[in-house]
Amino acid sequence: MQDKAIICKDLTKQFGDFKAVDKISFEVSEGEIFGFLGANGAGKTTAMRILCGLSYPTSGEASVAGFDVYKQQEKIKKNIGYMSQKFSLYDNLTILENIEFYGGVYGVSRPEIKERSAVLIKTLGLEKEAKKLVGGLPLGWKQKLAFSVAVFHRPKIVFLDEPTGGVDPITRRQFWDMIYEAAANGITVFVTTHYMDEAEYCNRISIMVDGKIEAIDSPSALKNRFNTTSMDEVFYELARNATRAAD
Amino acid sequence: MNWHEMPQELLINMKRLLVFIRKEFYHVFRDQRTLLILFGLPVAQIILFGYALSSEVKNIGIAMQDNSHDIHTEKIIRKIQSSSYFKTESPILDYKDIENRFKDGSIKCAVVFPANFGSDLQRIGGAKIQVIADASDPNTATIVTNYLNAIVNDYQRDLNSSAKINYQIVPELRQLYNEQQNGSLNFIPGVIALIFMIVCTALTSVSVVREKELGTMEILLVSPFKPIMVLIAKAIPYLVLSLINFMIIMFLSVYLLNVEIKGSFLLLLAESILFIITCLSLGLLISNVTDSQQTAMLISMMGMMLPTLLLTGFMFPLENMPWIFQAISHLIPSHYYYIIVKSVMLKGLGFSYVWKETLILIGMALFLLTIALKKFKIRLS
Repeated sequence: MQDKAIICKDLTKQFGDFKAVDKISFEVSEGEIFGFLGANGAGKTTAMRILCGLSYPTSGEASVAGFDVYKQQEKIKKNIGYMSQKFSLYDNLTILENIEFYGGVYGVSRPEIKERSAVLIKTLGLEKEAKKLVGGLPLGWKQKLAFSVAVFHRPKIVFLDEPTGGVDPITRRQFWDMIYEAAANGITVFVTTHYMDEAEYCNRISIMVDGKIEAIDSPSALKNRFNTTSMDEVFYELARNATRAAD
Repeated sequence: MNWHEMPQELLINMKRLLVFIRKEFYHVFRDQRTLLILFGLPVAQIILFGYALSSEVKNIGIAMQDNSHDIHTEKIIRKIQSSSYFKTESPILDYKDIENRFKDGSIKCAVVFPANFGSDLQRIGGAKIQVIADASDPNTATIVTNYLNAIVNDYQRDLNSSAKINYQIVPELRQLYNEQQNGSLNFIPGVIALIFMIVCTALTSVSVVREKELGTMEILLVSPFKPIMVLIAKAIPYLVLSLINFMIIMFLSVYLLNVEIKGSFLLLLAESILFIITCLSLGLLISNVTDSQQTAMLISMMGMMLPTLLLTGFMFPLENMPWIFQAISHLIPSHYYYIIVKSVMLKGLGFSYVWKETLILIGMALFLLTIALKKFKIRLS
């Protein structure tokens, strides 16, 4: 069996009568870049929260990095990285202090932190800023730094929740270069986005509508199926039948 | 988990906790607002309550009219003039003049000696003085009349004793009326309670809610860092800082306000730690029910500070309040801490006198902490 980073089978999350996530099933291979698309309110965030060990599913099965979402949440948390649209570094800490903090929280040893952060800061070209407060950095740099921090402890899977929100196209492109690099290093990338050009960068994407996965395939296969040349069309075709109001 | 893993897991968790605590200290020392509340507030409060808001009234404007001009009235007037409580203004012309000067606020009190004061005293053995106080501020009016009463009584005593023994008129006003100054000492325990309430409750709740607003809380919850550890890591720095604060307040009380610590300092410290933990739990609880820093601040300030100010009994006597307020006062942690500090610090009493209050505080701390932790867990499901 090929190694799967994420396996979902009939995963459901119900709040009262409302099925936020309705029997979704999919698999993500190791090292894959998997785009998780859907309109607001389609249930993406709820599904992602379950996979990150933040909430329990109502029914169905799922495993992340080989660990069960019901019983092994703690182990899941040790093996994943997470970055959200909300900027997630501390403004009044310096770049180095932020790296040290998150590295420490994930249990990376001090000498390791020192070594890796030196390399990281060099790669990002932030030598001069390393000891400055993060608050003063431009948004694009902050996002890139946040991603680097999310994969700093070398997780098996990194979850990115709309990571490029509010960032200019050039920075977004650079951001995706970083994602490719991470994937090349064997990190599985699970990313949600609203940008259809970004969806094209993914190996495979799934599109959620009203809690269900309506389509799952590579971007080119999906475009063929809907007989269009743009992902925008594909998304529109699927999402226009949605009954749930966007929140 | 087997026995070999246990200590190592514990060690890793301890390291994580230390990393987190260090981060919290960075936050505190880099945020001027927090620093101001943390260290500026206690100093300002001590000075404000110790000096400005003491119930002792000084330099009250007073005007007198002496229609008798005898040896007695002159002596009494001199006594009043020599008192630091009064600031003597120019003599009164007539009744209309009193009213005008009350209205423009230049005097708070007027004293009129009738024309036959001295002769009445010598012939009948009794004479009357008219004292008119501006009662638009009832507290001041009461204090003023008390002061004047005391001065006249003092003079009367001097007069009686000098009838037997030769001149012994030594006006020792300060010592005689020191009861008034003692009253202001009661502020200290109240101020200490107030400061802990603000610093621990408000700052803790705001610092947790800030992480929610920033989105960093989400990251922390996704990390292997246990939610309970987040709360502990948030609480510990403020516990340490509050203890430093406690030392500052004690220092200011002893050396600036000349308040003597009569009881055991260690007992006082232990009780303070208990109260700080109670306040921290309250702060964590508040942070669980709100998502914005403003709301957290508002709840802490209004919800915690006002009851502490009004219902612990340090500003207004509880005994005079309607039963409903008295009942509410029993639900406020600072009420018990106030009693404890007053007993230990000012009265020099030992643990045997405050064990009941201590027990109640322990109960409250446990109760609040349990709810705070439970609520925090519920949010994660």
